[in-house]
Amino acid sequence: MERQPIYLDYSATTPVDPRVADVMIPYLCEHYGNPASRSHPYGWTAEKAVENAREEIALLVGADPREIVWTSGATESNNLAIKGAANFYASTKGKHIITIATEHKAVIDAVRELERQGFTATYLEPEPDGLLDLAKFKAAIQPDTVLASVMMVNNEIGVIQDIAAIGKICREAGVIFHVDAAQATGKVVIDLANLPVDLMSFCAHKTYGPKGIGALYVSRKPRVRIEAQMHGGGHERGMRSGTLPTHQCVGMGEAFRLARLEMATENERIRMLRDRLLAGLQDIEETYVNGDLEHRIPHNLNISFNYVEGESLIMAVKGIAVSSGSACTSASLEPSYVLRALGRSDELAHSSIRFSIGRFTTEADVDYTIDLMKSKIEKLRELSPLWEMFKDGIDISKVQWAAH
Amino acid sequence: MQPAYFDHNSTTALKKEVLEAMLPFMANQHGNATSRHSFGRTARAAVEQAREQVANAVGAYANQIVFTASGTEANNFAVRGICSNMEPAINSVPAQILTSAIEHPCVSRPAAAMRGYTAKSIKVDSSCNIDIAHLQKLLVAPTNLVSAMLVNNETGVIQDIAKVAELAREHKAFVHTDAVQALGKIPVDFFALGVHAMTVSSHKIGGPLGAGALVLDKRIDIQPLLYGGGQERGLRSGTENVAAIVGFGAACDIAIKNLSAFDVHTANLRDHLEIGLAKLNAVIFGYNGLRVANTSFFAFNNIEGETLVTALDNAGFAVSSGSACSSDSTEPSHVLLAMGVPEDVARGAIRVSFGLSNTQEQVQHFLKVLEHEIARLHNLTAIAA
Repeated sequence: MERQPIYLDYSATTPVDPRVADVMIPYLCEHYGNPASRSHPYGWTAEKAVENAREEIALLVGADPREIVWTSGATESNNLAIKGAANFYASTKGKHIITIATEHKAVIDAVRELERQGFTATYLEPEPDGLLDLAKFKAAIQPDTVLASVMMVNNEIGVIQDIAAIGKICREAGVIFHVDAAQATGKVVIDLANLPVDLMSFCAHKTYGPKGIGALYVSRKPRVRIEAQMHGGGHERGMRSGTLPTHQCVGMGEAFRLARLEMATENERIRMLRDRLLAGLQDIEETYVNGDLEHRIPHNLNISFNYVEGESLIMAVKGIAVSSGSACTSASLEPSYVLRALGRSDELAHSSIRFSIGRFTTEADVDYTIDLMKSKIEKLRELSPLWEMFKDGIDISKVQWAAH
Repeated sequence: MQPAYFDHNSTTALKKEVLEAMLPFMANQHGNATSRHSFGRTARAAVEQAREQVANAVGAYANQIVFTASGTEANNFAVRGICSNMEPAINSVPAQILTSAIEHPCVSRPAAAMRGYTAKSIKVDSSCNIDIAHLQKLLVAPTNLVSAMLVNNETGVIQDIAKVAELAREHKAFVHTDAVQALGKIPVDFFALGVHAMTVSSHKIGGPLGAGALVLDKRIDIQPLLYGGGQERGLRSGTENVAAIVGFGAACDIAIKNLSAFDVHTANLRDHLEIGLAKLNAVIFGYNGLRVANTSFFAFNNIEGETLVTALDNAGFAVSSGSACSSDSTEPSHVLLAMGVPEDVARGAIRVSFGLSNTQEQVQHFLKVLEHEIARLHNLTAIAA
């Protein structure tokens, strides 16, 4: 049997931690009740498990369990937060929305949908390091700005935005503030008791929990309201109807509990691995790290390898599972819109690779990756006329290409 | 006596084979189905196989299946998605959305919440059958969407959706059917029904919670509920819940294989139950309608449903006093009220829904307990009076 490649794509999705799977399985088999069934213990057991899990979500992020609404994942959380708040407050606050060009598609496309419904939007360009300039953010606020949405940790380059400062600006201006924290849980300390954030999206499958489950934090103090996007039995205090998948809620709860207990030590271990990987890859000529290295989760390394074609690179490094651009858009061959927003050229954006390290990555995995990258890039560059020209001292950006 | 689960219309136990199909995708096969590396491709292949299995179970093509996180989501998607892409007003008169009076709230509520539309309810008769004459009358006014369920979750009555669809199409309206309670109980054929959209769900047929699907006529122009990464041909963004989708596919295969066994087995149990219920002078709702085999919805005069449900629970029987999804409220069943059942009778209603794992011994024991409890509760009422 073919050996499985080394998995370095933890930002696309993580394996379910075996400890998480263990607590989920009883809720798939013996305790299969519908948590909304009031009339028998099958339902009560399920409901209790769902509520315990809700508490675990709240504990990791410093929220009250009553502020946590279950969803099917970060995409639904983002859609519910953005469309739900924009529609609820449009008549009182206005119809202008601010977000960043490097947000996840679930945020960008939800805002675009609101634009079709008559809202206006500003898509702020981040600085070349991927971070948002607070003065530019402040200047973008208009009298009719209803909502701002800024992600905590970027999925492609791993940079961490200054959510506390952005939130403070929003509070002062009376703007509802949504944060997509799908990539942040278990990696960055989140304390919603002290963060000026109104709505925050989470998902389980980026933090060693199952796919198909997520949550939305909806602040109670100050009280934030959203218009439900899914109607029905009135579950989740009317904010989100639908039978809750008990085993998945339980899995997310356990995943978040483990994240809370192990985050500090795990991050240190992962930082060491990342630094080892970075040091190894920086031996290769003409490599560029994308995004700020300091304000960044330790799990992520996004590097462009100049004079190498991105697709051939991905094909060449089949021994490792990595991603070029985010998984959610990697069905297309477009260069990453995130890297383009940082001002990277198409060539550099195309030749970028995101390495994302996680709980089950070992030092040996990292060393194998460094060796593989070195040998494959050398080979690809041997074949590249551009690399030859570069080596001959020709500035390729100044070359006038003739059409033929 | 082991406890007996008589609430299969609410949710079902996961089948062993389904769990086995799911487990690899909860462990080492953990890829994101959109990723291009081998982890991603394995996940993608599994999702596509499940799509074939679901399509096969409902008589549709695989490319007509859009996976969602639940039946609720699929119903919201159908109602909102179809209506959002149509003109809500025709000659400045708001168009209608017609839903039957016995729909699950995840159909009737999004219909009522659609801006610019008039939502109207199609009557049912005392046997829980959609009043076709009333539908015809309503269809005279401009209508964009008709939504009616194939099998009612409370009474188990099967609707003539092919007829509903035929009438709706004559009036240029789109038709959606919620087939969540039909799949696995009766043959479901998307094309024979003639609808434009149909909802199915995994956890009612021995699959896991967390997966549902909307089956779509490919010519229909539907607006997504969730925007983002563009999964499901752009119709439903969000990382695919691979394990649950795989489980749904496996459950579909088993449900189709077991269809006639399920029908025969649960019909025997229900007949046994209802012979006993008749002796206890129960009212059986929808008795004269064409019903799926596993469901019996009944009440006793002058007995509170909640009290009886609690007593039955203490004796180890899991039954329901209405549909679980609205059982947070103590309102009498909207289905029974629509059938013209008086409110005090409706309040006493109890639903038993059988599955393949239930036995005649359980039914026999249940009837014994029921007889005892009813006598006891009648005595209490007599003393109070």
